Amino acid sequence: MTHQHVEIRPGAYADSVALLQVSRDVAATPGVAAAQVAMATELNVEVLQGMGFTLPPAGANDMVVALRLEDESALPAALAAVDAALAAARKGSSGGEVAAPPRTTASALRRAGADLALVSVPGASALVEAMDALDAGVDVMIFSDNVPVEQELAMKRIARDRGLLVMGPDCGTAVVGGVGLGFANTVTPGRVGIVAASGTGCQQVLALLDAAGVGVAAALGVGGRDLSAAIGGISTRTALDRLDADPSVEHVVVVSKPPAAEVAAAVEKYAADLGTPVRFALLGAGQPDLTTQTEALLGDLGVAVPAWPVWGSPAAPAGGSALRGLFVGGTLCDEAMLLAAESLGPIRSNIPLSPELALDASLVADGHVMIDFGDDGLTRGRAHPMIDPTLRLEHLAKVAADPETAVILMDVVLGHGAQDDPAAELAPAIAAARAARDLPVVVACVGTSSDPQGLSRQAEALAAAGAEVHLSNAAATRRAIALTHVTAGGAR
Amino acid sequence: MTHALLPSTAPAAVAAVGADMFATAVADQAVPVERVEWTPPMDGTADDLATVAADPLRRDANALAVSRMLDVQAMLVGVAPASELLGLERGQFLHAGPPIEWARTSGPLRGALLGAAAFEGLVEDPEDAAALFESGTEVSLEPCHHRSAVGPMAGVVSPSMWMFVLEDPATGRRTYCSLNEGLGKVLRYGAYGPEVLARLHWMRDVLGPLLGEAVAAAGPVDATAILGQMLQMGDEAHNRNRAGTLMLMRDLAPSLVRSSRSADEIAEAFAFVGGNDHFFLNVAMPACKLALDAARDIPGSTMVVAMARNGTDFGIQVSGTGDQWFTGPAQLADGLFLGDYGPEDANPDIGDSAITETAGIGGFAMAAAPAIVRFVGGTVPDALATSRRMREITIGENDRWPIPVLDFAGAATGIDVSSVCRTGILPQINTGMAGKVAGVGQVGAGLVTPPASIFPAALAELARRTRDRA
Repeated sequence: MTHQHVEIRPGAYADSVALLQVSRDVAATPGVAAAQVAMATELNVEVLQGMGFTLPPAGANDMVVALRLEDESALPAALAAVDAALAAARKGSSGGEVAAPPRTTASALRRAGADLALVSVPGASALVEAMDALDAGVDVMIFSDNVPVEQELAMKRIARDRGLLVMGPDCGTAVVGGVGLGFANTVTPGRVGIVAASGTGCQQVLALLDAAGVGVAAALGVGGRDLSAAIGGISTRTALDRLDADPSVEHVVVVSKPPAAEVAAAVEKYAADLGTPVRFALLGAGQPDLTTQTEALLGDLGVAVPAWPVWGSPAAPAGGSALRGLFVGGTLCDEAMLLAAESLGPIRSNIPLSPELALDASLVADGHVMIDFGDDGLTRGRAHPMIDPTLRLEHLAKVAADPETAVILMDVVLGHGAQDDPAAELAPAIAAARAARDLPVVVACVGTSSDPQGLSRQAEALAAAGAEVHLSNAAATRRAIALTHVTAGGAR
Repeated sequence: MTHALLPSTAPAAVAAVGADMFATAVADQAVPVERVEWTPPMDGTADDLATVAADPLRRDANALAVSRMLDVQAMLVGVAPASELLGLERGQFLHAGPPIEWARTSGPLRGALLGAAAFEGLVEDPEDAAALFESGTEVSLEPCHHRSAVGPMAGVVSPSMWMFVLEDPATGRRTYCSLNEGLGKVLRYGAYGPEVLARLHWMRDVLGPLLGEAVAAAGPVDATAILGQMLQMGDEAHNRNRAGTLMLMRDLAPSLVRSSRSADEIAEAFAFVGGNDHFFLNVAMPACKLALDAARDIPGSTMVVAMARNGTDFGIQVSGTGDQWFTGPAQLADGLFLGDYGPEDANPDIGDSAITETAGIGGFAMAAAPAIVRFVGGTVPDALATSRRMREITIGENDRWPIPVLDFAGAATGIDVSSVCRTGILPQINTGMAGKVAGVGQVGAGLVTPPASIFPAALAELARRTRDRA
């Protein structure tokens, strides 16, 4: 049974030659018996009626898409063909040859009339590209790491003088108007604004808010060093101003790795004068973890705290005495170390809480160890572990083979920019790690329900491999600490 | 012009540079993305690029440089001898390009100097002048650029040569250029035979005074406006000046006819100018220099204000580094040859005429002159691509000089040393080729670029000055 589809697209326009080509392309689509895409001029209306189409009222400035299909199921493919052919026609009308791509950010901004730049070139060239954005009067997000701190300060000062926002450098995550930049989770629009001097810290808050059913207006990254003494929170202040000026933002939360105390104090004082209430979720010794802070934010919002999701069966102890953390998220690693150090004592790390706890290049040490594989030192000449898991997986096997290991604690971070299916490689690796002695593996799986990888699908795949999986990194860490105590305590 | 985004509003479009996956992730969220085809900068320039990019003076300095340049109106206000205009004295010679001593001069520059010495009566036989220049006691060499002048090819100017005078009425600043001799065996290509000297004498005795009288009677001729019209008429004002030449003749014809000279002399002048499609080049060049000189000496500006070659060295000057020349070896042009000449006969790049490219025309506006793309060994698509590519290394566009086939986009204007170092794209120059042996003349025409090394050198000096200011 043939199906007829006629739609009017008011105000859409293409010239008649282009539309003849479009009609011919669409008619060649499988399942399409006849197609006519035309401006609804008197002549064309007659032609369409002659073809047996019934038309609603339309004028010469309206485009008509008229399709006769072999059956209704062919409609989506046919409409997609219409859109593709129209897009191709537009491209063709701008001239025969395709212009060479832009070679600088300045050129790209000019050509596209873009109002945001996204910079992820090697750190040595990041400032140069970012300055193109600041010169053009637009904000910039700088994903690049290894940018010298004096360069960061120079560009942030210039941005401040021009009323612009530099998100980064080493800014992993931002959400602007629902659009995720860098490693960002898919969130529903809402009333919370986030300022984040921490990519994965921001992602943890996004994930928890999503689980609690709270939407996010924007998450503005500022770079991990923004609240350091050297930078002094320049971008944090600009981001706070922006969120304060946005009528859809009702509450703001500032998330940061351990900040410089005097900078944190100054920024808190600054925030106190804003019209929008600002909560500070700043990690540090003796400070609440991100989950606790998010729960407090939910309290501010009058939203009940849900039971944070857990997948898989509770892990059981299997001997050993040391907690071994393998992270892709720097802030998640920081948070885990801060929690674990309180009850387990010193944690060796490549991003240690104090300098004497630094690991050497082998990343191997006795006792409790937590490694941030996303740290600058481990990403030189290599993709971020959220993209390329090779290094962490190698280390997972090494740690699993070490009889001293009592628990392995890991994070998995979902969202735009991250691996398409991290569990595809990590789940078998976890199964292999547990093959010898059912080693407990606790995973914090940070993501939202709408993330492209599928939060529950990922978490369930990891759980099926024997991991105990939490949405909350703090909850996962507490479980890992408890499991370490059981066996370490038993050994004593 | 700041677009402070409301954080809850999605960006209209994003410019993405670096890892393609992030650009793809944005595009997947239905936001238009313009991807930069990024490549690492020229070797060893990353630190200097960052220093210069973060210079608080740079952005406004470059905007000022371009706007000063575009504000200039170049009016042809006179024609007079170099001795009067520049105070050039017997034995003083100007030449194209950065400074050079006789020992390092190339064939065509030597040929032109020998011919000019004979023209000035310093010697009877041009070849006898070599000893004068070797000893250097009675003669001196100086770049045209150091005297507010420019000269095509060898660019040799001696006191008795007549020069066009271009003036910016707003400031009274002036620039100068000799009169164009035509093509073939001519002094500027290094030829110095009797016919070359005879022509120079006629230009001194007839053409120069006649033009001087005509310009004075006609009143100032707007060279900047003619340049804009030329681009609509198939000229790029470096290797094709046919429309410009005709427009200049049109403007001067009534006063030429009314001049005090005989009808025969006037007819000779018409025939000479009408037979020389390059006649207007020597007006275009000082017009370009007049505009670019307005952009000089702006601290922090990375804009190139002169590109010039002496047949041995290619030199550039940059707004933010004063009169300093950054030089490297002049390159051989790639192009087509006249008659039996071949690449082995050609001298490296020579002339101040790259001032046209510095100002955004010539090779930069090749798209405006499809008729001559084959003359320099190119194709029409190459010409379109070149004119677009030059936009990647310039600070702005010149709306007074639109290029029709590029949808009237303004000529790419203000070469940015930083952009050249970032992209590795070198300025494209259309050029004539002189024979490398003194006395030969023109052997061909083609395309050439500056030596890449001079841009990092200029950048390093800009960075040094930036650090000194900090």
